[in-house]
Amino acid sequence: MFNEEALEELEDKIRKWEKSTVVKSLERFRERMEKFTTLSGITIKNVYTPLDVRDIDYFDKLGLPGEYPFTRGIHATMYRGRLWTMRMFSGYGSPEDTNKRLKYLIAHGETGLSLAFDYPTLIGLDADDPQACGEVGVCGVSVSSLKDMEIIYNGIDMSSITTNMTINPPAPVLLSMYVATAEKQGVTYERIGGTTQNDPLKEFIAQKSYVFPPEPAVKISMDVIEWSIKNLPLWNPISISGYHIREAGATAVQELAFTIADGIEYVRQLILRGLNVDEFAHRLSFFFDAHINFFEEIAKFRAARRMWAKIMKEWFNAEKERSLWLRFHTQTAGVSLTAQQPFNNIVRTTIEALAAVLGGTQSLHTNSLDEPFRVPSEFGAKIALRTQQIIAYETGVADVVDPLAGSYYIEWLTDEIEEQAWKYIDRIEKMGGMLEAVKKGYPQREVTEASYRFQKEVEERKKFIVGVNIYVEGGEEEIRNVPLLDINQEEIERRQVERLRKLRMERNNEAVQSALNKLSKAASRNENIMPYVLDAVKSYATLGEIMNVLKEVYGIWVEPPIY
Amino acid sequence: MNNEYLYELIEKAKRNDKGSIGKLLTILESSPPEAFKLLDIVLRETKSKAHVIGFTGIPGSGKSTLISKLLSFYKKENCKIAVIAIDPTSPLSRGAFLGDRIRMQEHSLAPNVFIRSVSTRGLKGGLSFAGVAMIEVFDYLGYDKVFIETVGIGQAETDIMNSAHTIIVVTMPGIGDEIQALKAGVMEIGDIYVLNKSDKEESQKTFEYLNFVIESNELVGRLGWRPKLLKTSALMNYGIEDVMNAIEEHLQYIIEHRYFDSKAYLRRKLLVKLFIEKLLIDKLELEFERLNIEETPGLRNQLNVLREKIASSLKELELYI
Amino acid sequence: MEVIYTGVRQTPEQVVETAIQEDVDVIGVSILSGAHITLMKRLMENLRAKGVHDIPVFLGGTIPLPDISEIEGMGIDRVFLPGTSLQEIVKYVYDAALNKRKKKHE
Repeated sequence: MFNEEALEELEDKIRKWEKSTVVKSLERFRERMEKFTTLSGITIKNVYTPLDVRDIDYFDKLGLPGEYPFTRGIHATMYRGRLWTMRMFSGYGSPEDTNKRLKYLIAHGETGLSLAFDYPTLIGLDADDPQACGEVGVCGVSVSSLKDMEIIYNGIDMSSITTNMTINPPAPVLLSMYVATAEKQGVTYERIGGTTQNDPLKEFIAQKSYVFPPEPAVKISMDVIEWSIKNLPLWNPISISGYHIREAGATAVQELAFTIADGIEYVRQLILRGLNVDEFAHRLSFFFDAHINFFEEIAKFRAARRMWAKIMKEWFNAEKERSLWLRFHTQTAGVSLTAQQPFNNIVRTTIEALAAVLGGTQSLHTNSLDEPFRVPSEFGAKIALRTQQIIAYETGVADVVDPLAGSYYIEWLTDEIEEQAWKYIDRIEKMGGMLEAVKKGYPQREVTEASYRFQKEVEERKKFIVGVNIYVEGGEEEIRNVPLLDINQEEIERRQVERLRKLRMERNNEAVQSALNKLSKAASRNENIMPYVLDAVKSYATLGEIMNVLKEVYGIWVEPPIY
Repeated sequence: MNNEYLYELIEKAKRNDKGSIGKLLTILESSPPEAFKLLDIVLRETKSKAHVIGFTGIPGSGKSTLISKLLSFYKKENCKIAVIAIDPTSPLSRGAFLGDRIRMQEHSLAPNVFIRSVSTRGLKGGLSFAGVAMIEVFDYLGYDKVFIETVGIGQAETDIMNSAHTIIVVTMPGIGDEIQALKAGVMEIGDIYVLNKSDKEESQKTFEYLNFVIESNELVGRLGWRPKLLKTSALMNYGIEDVMNAIEEHLQYIIEHRYFDSKAYLRRKLLVKLFIEKLLIDKLELEFERLNIEETPGLRNQLNVLREKIASSLKELELYI
Repeated sequence: MEVIYTGVRQTPEQVVETAIQEDVDVIGVSILSGAHITLMKRLMENLRAKGVHDIPVFLGGTIPLPDISEIEGMGIDRVFLPGTSLQEIVKYVYDAALNKRKKKHE
């Protein structure tokens, strides 16, 4: 885009500038650090100029919004048409508590739902499982049967709002509960919209809420996708997630590379099932972290779109334009929040949310200031939601598409992150793809090392966190001023256990047993389990009962230690 | 530590008090004088009853998972089982990170199962001694089976494996080099070969190859026993019962051929050597560390210093007697 | 130092039994799910019921301040909040282990 002559002149000018202006300036002020790096360790210079982007071909690398390679956004008009979906991850306590919270958020302008489940639900245990004791309703809502799901959506019209469900190994069960509840509301399959996270590989890499070993875990996930493609045209059956990888301590490059590599694995698996790439690619969705190093995050989102479009087009020969889109949800970085001086977290979240918007996200969750301690209080959740609304309606950043494009630094950084990510993908490809790499523990080890490296940098004060290793205050007063959500855990657990006891007495246990037997047989025959899980759910078989059948057939995973 | 405390620990351990057993094992790892007193009591019990089974194979072959699945079967038989997991993982500069136990945690609450992790790095020269002594203590405490898990590298682990009545070599598909090592006699000869992870695609080839090696008598078993080759997938709970049956068959074989007692005899004899060896080596290492070759020039003088120190430590042996 | 790693998702009973069989000097527990009060109470009760009084227990995780006094009241030696340095934790473990061994020999 630049003419050679001008570039040469610039080169010359920069040489002179470095020798005179910069030197003079350095004589007056030394630079704050010997070496400047992004949060992920990418070394950065003092200034970027056209010289740093001279090899970037505009048409090839950027293009126009809504056109290949989609670096500038998947839609031509982006937020000028429709703002991103403000989707707050929420759920706690009993289904009744969560029903109330969802209605509260909708009343305050939330435009999409996102369910957080408690730990027993996340790993497929019923509320009355001995292992669930003390955990029921704590870090999300407790769901053990269709009954609970019906209560969560009591009075919420499932035909007019979409729900994201952060659920992985038990995804077939929770999706079935959702579908069965919607059916009871009279909503047809064509109108059921939302997302199941259903991303098993990142469980092994980072999140660790796995149940089944890697191979069956991927198989089950593919069952959900295949069934959804054929039955729920509006459902995103998978949200390929870098978020958890990043939160476990990965760098931005690792987050990007591993997520894309996960995506590649899933596409291959689905093609192996005989699906055509254009049949399913438009239903794959992604989920990224928005961390605190502002420009690096924006560059990461832009690189992600470009890489995915290229992979879908050149590797998998996708033809439909929508197959090339990398649509993603973003959550601000929980790991960047501090327990110390917690009100500062509002500021961190604001900056991170802004990066997500400037990076072109399709939906966004903003964390609450109190999350280093507990699930958000109503107060905390409201400020977080308002943060998004202020960005959307007051700042004007949503009025121009991809406003940072053309910034020498942003374009250089986008390129640099992409290049580094390709190197990782290359290595993973040579191992035989992500499933094999995960079995070897490769990404696990990379993340563990990066996380340790960062912790050391903080302790050696090479990286700063306000309130933790700089501007530290001893007092606890500010922490005590944060209102925390008060939940009566024991009471919630007692009620959930009681509801299950009643359910097991009142339901038709023969029908339950028969549905579970059919599921077991289908799983052994390696059939798609979804129809059988749906039948079992409708008979009011519990989450734990269904998962136990699957554990019998597929085995359970115990992770080898990673160090 | 006074004698009463030790006797109290032993009494409680005999009643299967896990805390006391745990403390006795620590004594074997770290405190030779008490270890001596303990073993002196333990070895007076003449008849050895415990069936000692060694599991060896490279890291990642699935030994711990296999053991865990076997524990599930043996628990049903009302069998008292001890597991000694010798863990090679010690990547930390001055410590060890032991993770074998993870795969057996489902049995951690079983009253008839006791699991102990042993780090190779922590013990250095004392590993053979601690390992063999632990077998004796579990035998004395009435454990029916003692499972020992090790990667089988190094003299210490070979010593421990040699103390087992039954050796199980756990291998997995696609490990050609390992089989070559087996043939070359680098690796311990097994009584039972388990091809684990046999749900993997490439397993049939490895199975056929191993089978050929055994059929063609390239791998000769110990004591005239013809090695068995079994397929399992510990993860998928497949073939575990076959392994248990093979273990029991091998046990019958060695009882019938009167090898059971002779094995125990050799093990106890070895323990005597290992104990003295440990004392001497500990002493030698200590004195070696202290030796300043500049202050004591000349190899002759240096040897002399060490000789004197070692001689005095032999004298210390009298303290035990 | 030797670290015996039990893996994730252990019940309080499993943690106690493992500590006993391995004859450990210190028990460290990490909880992020918010269930620390219930689980730590069960862990400490279990430990005492087994007659163990000399193994110090420490806890790390997302623990709200108001919960700390209750946790310490259970007999838990130390609570580490998010943001604690590795050095601080390692130093604590080192001292706690040494202390325990000293007491044992007294």
